[in-house]
Amino acid sequence: MSDTNLLALARSVAGAARDGEQIEAYAVRSRDVDVKVFDGEVESLAVAEIEGVGIRVIAGQRQGYAWAGSLDADVIADTLADARDNAGFGSPDEFYGLADPASFADRTATSLDLWRDDLLAVPTAEKVALAIELDALTKAIDPRVRGVESATYGDAAVESAVATSLGVEVANRRTMCSCSAYAMAGLGVDTRTGSGFSAARTFSELDPEKAARDAAERAVRLLGATQPRSQRLPVVLDPLVTRSIVALVGGALSAEAVQRGRSLFVGRDGEEVAASNITLVDDPTDPESFGAAGHDAEGVPTHRYELIGAGRLRGFLHNSYTARKGGTVTTGSAVRGGFKSPPGVGARALHLRPGAMSPEAILASVPEALYVQSVSGLHSGTNPVSGDFSVGADGLMVRGGEFAEPVREITIASTLQRMLLDVVHVGADLEWLPGGAAGMTVLIGDMSIAGA
Amino acid sequence: MIDDAVLQRTLHEALRSGGDFAEVFAEDRRVASARLDDTKVEEFVSGRERGAGIRVVRGETTGFAHTADLSEAGLRSAAEAAAAAASAAGPGETRVVPLTRRSVTPTHDVRVLPESVAKVRKAEMLERADHAARAESDAIRQVSATYADARRQVLIANSDGLLVGDDRVRTRFGVNCVAVGDTGMQTGFEAPGRTIGFELFDEIEPEEVARVAARRALTMLDARPAPRGKLPVVLKRGAGGVLFHEACGHGLEADLVDKDASVFRGRVGELVASPLITLVDDGTYAREWGTYAIDDEGAPAQRNVLIEDGVLTDYMWDLVRARKEGRASSGNGRRETYQDLPMVRMTNTFLLEGDDDPDAIIRDTPYGLYCVALGGGQVNTATGDFVFGITEAYMIEHGEITEPVRAAQLIGNGPETLRLVDAVGSDFDTWAGTCGKDGQGVPVSSGQPTLRVAELTVGGTAGE
Repeated sequence: MSDTNLLALARSVAGAARDGEQIEAYAVRSRDVDVKVFDGEVESLAVAEIEGVGIRVIAGQRQGYAWAGSLDADVIADTLADARDNAGFGSPDEFYGLADPASFADRTATSLDLWRDDLLAVPTAEKVALAIELDALTKAIDPRVRGVESATYGDAAVESAVATSLGVEVANRRTMCSCSAYAMAGLGVDTRTGSGFSAARTFSELDPEKAARDAAERAVRLLGATQPRSQRLPVVLDPLVTRSIVALVGGALSAEAVQRGRSLFVGRDGEEVAASNITLVDDPTDPESFGAAGHDAEGVPTHRYELIGAGRLRGFLHNSYTARKGGTVTTGSAVRGGFKSPPGVGARALHLRPGAMSPEAILASVPEALYVQSVSGLHSGTNPVSGDFSVGADGLMVRGGEFAEPVREITIASTLQRMLLDVVHVGADLEWLPGGAAGMTVLIGDMSIAGA
Repeated sequence: MIDDAVLQRTLHEALRSGGDFAEVFAEDRRVASARLDDTKVEEFVSGRERGAGIRVVRGETTGFAHTADLSEAGLRSAAEAAAAAASAAGPGETRVVPLTRRSVTPTHDVRVLPESVAKVRKAEMLERADHAARAESDAIRQVSATYADARRQVLIANSDGLLVGDDRVRTRFGVNCVAVGDTGMQTGFEAPGRTIGFELFDEIEPEEVARVAARRALTMLDARPAPRGKLPVVLKRGAGGVLFHEACGHGLEADLVDKDASVFRGRVGELVASPLITLVDDGTYAREWGTYAIDDEGAPAQRNVLIEDGVLTDYMWDLVRARKEGRASSGNGRRETYQDLPMVRMTNTFLLEGDDDPDAIIRDTPYGLYCVALGGGQVNTATGDFVFGITEAYMIEHGEITEPVRAAQLIGNGPETLRLVDAVGSDFDTWAGTCGKDGQGVPVSSGQPTLRVAELTVGGTAGE
């Protein structure tokens, strides 16, 4: 079953298109290993091979989709029949249609090498050993670390192919691995936690020591944290927090959200939407980014795209549907959440253009600030339509460029619109992180802190 | 789905090289959904997933493998892989008890299987919601509606001789509206769900769901910035259950307690909450979103009392943690799909009714926040700090509900917040949601009467 040629399979499904019908077939196979260690022992070790197919059918300006967690021939035949049947019940929409290769014949896909054979050659025992080592390393960094809730290792080798009845044929493969630790310091209600991780394309590039150090240091430096009074303060965002917020902004820059009036950027095209030091780029052709891909989910070559340039909104991310509807061309930004849903629109490798200042210089640039180490409730506390932003946070006060007392049980609030305009410094410390975006230290001039 | 004799042989294969416990969890899941957006019914989506997850437990170690191939050969190779994965630990004690099929008493009947309903009828529900939402006001500029059903047939066999199956059907309907006014755009969302079939629409009208969502968005257009800092918070019935799900529910999951990653560890028998609080996790509550007859390890769902009159009575258990403690599972072992390992999860987590008149709770609050709808939340069980988002809330001034306030996050500490509940009403309602833990999402509900927390930190922007 693991020998199935995915592209041949997708091609044969797409080839079944009847007159007046368009078919897109996506086939994927992933081999995963997941290790979880607790207290020096393997808690669980899972080895898996996951296969699946997703089929999109467009006929009579209607669209249908069906998927199955199997690549068996009879299952695929049933799935195609389901997709055809599903296409009979939606509303007609003149803009439905697959990406037409003629419309992007002038674009060349960036050749990216995202697959490492050596990851697959690493014996499982070594992966287990790395997670056990990570658990021990985390405890060894500081005696105040009283436990590690989990030390994990995980990897995935993903192969996929997409073929359409319009002649798109693209096969991709990539490897990824990561390890993470979650440290606990302090006792009972005075417990503080911190996480650390390392992610790479292959095993030898992982840095468990960094993961252990980050987890331990982040937990320990919050010991003794108290709830500060409510106030307004400049806020310094940790690169991980910046990453999450940039990803949220990227979601609101999808043409799908904008065309449906469901984005804070509706009607803002060409306007100043951010401080002049903000240039936001999506560049899936950057091999350093974890979301790198030479083609998008519809098989269109990807390219570097500037969404916000020096504070001005330059444009939105498009797939072929939103481009057709908006009278423009696709930006190669069709993305898939897997084989269980049709392609949508989204960013793969978002990053702010780094500034010139180091994190230390940013901390020293204001007399007093709040350093936000981590946020919680990002999804329940942010609204990409209204722009309302209010999330839980913990971190440290910063005075005179130095970390001062730790704080907890606070929220930081503003609106996404304000925050973009209030960015004072973008750090030089760009770091690619899993999650479709890069992070760096960022200073926001003014946010509302709720506490005691 | 799989022949009994094949299951028996697969379990033997899983324990051939040793182990304390082996299990086959097989599943056949069919899902269907449709979405309306911008007045158009988008594509219908249907999916099917079939497969089995096999685990082998040796000492503290669990080996796990899964396969989409339910033939005897496919199961055998998954069993071998799980056994090899578990071999990181010692050999363990090997025994496989002959399988005995156990019958399951469903908590309720499913009357209309969604797969038997024509797709046009599902599309009709979406269109009815769209019309009703737009009819509320010209300010409603965008409406999306989603319909989703899922049928999950499961079969569980383990080396203790358990053989049991279940057939679960869930249906959910949601509406999301965008309202546009002078102050910008606001959203309103409402999404009831039940563990029943298409008869969901005998109980809820698509129009009514749409109107609730539309009015919520319209209300928010007039909202002023939420207050900032500590104040009394009154939670309307049904709106605040998620607070207890986060504030203490997760901290009462035995896997986190066992890892010393819960502030409630070692506190059974102690007063951990206001004596007004009795908290249950009830997987048997008929037709509720988090209900099932058996959990994903084959243990019957139970009504478990977690906190009684403020005293911590018990944690929630799955099979692995329960075996370690030499006790029975509480029926809380769940997994998202056969590709996931089970862990301790909540079902329907309810704070039970008290004696206070809900209106009197508001009247007796000189100044505070009244929460009518909540978004999701999150908790760090090791510290007890939790957050949850409000999506519809009003100020209470001089005992009266006054102006609406914009969305904001509330933050608190679990053990502290439980002590600060100072009024519990005599009404009750529930709320359906998806709970995420370790990357797995499962349907849960939470419920509670109208109640007041004397003090919570509200993460607004107003007030200098």
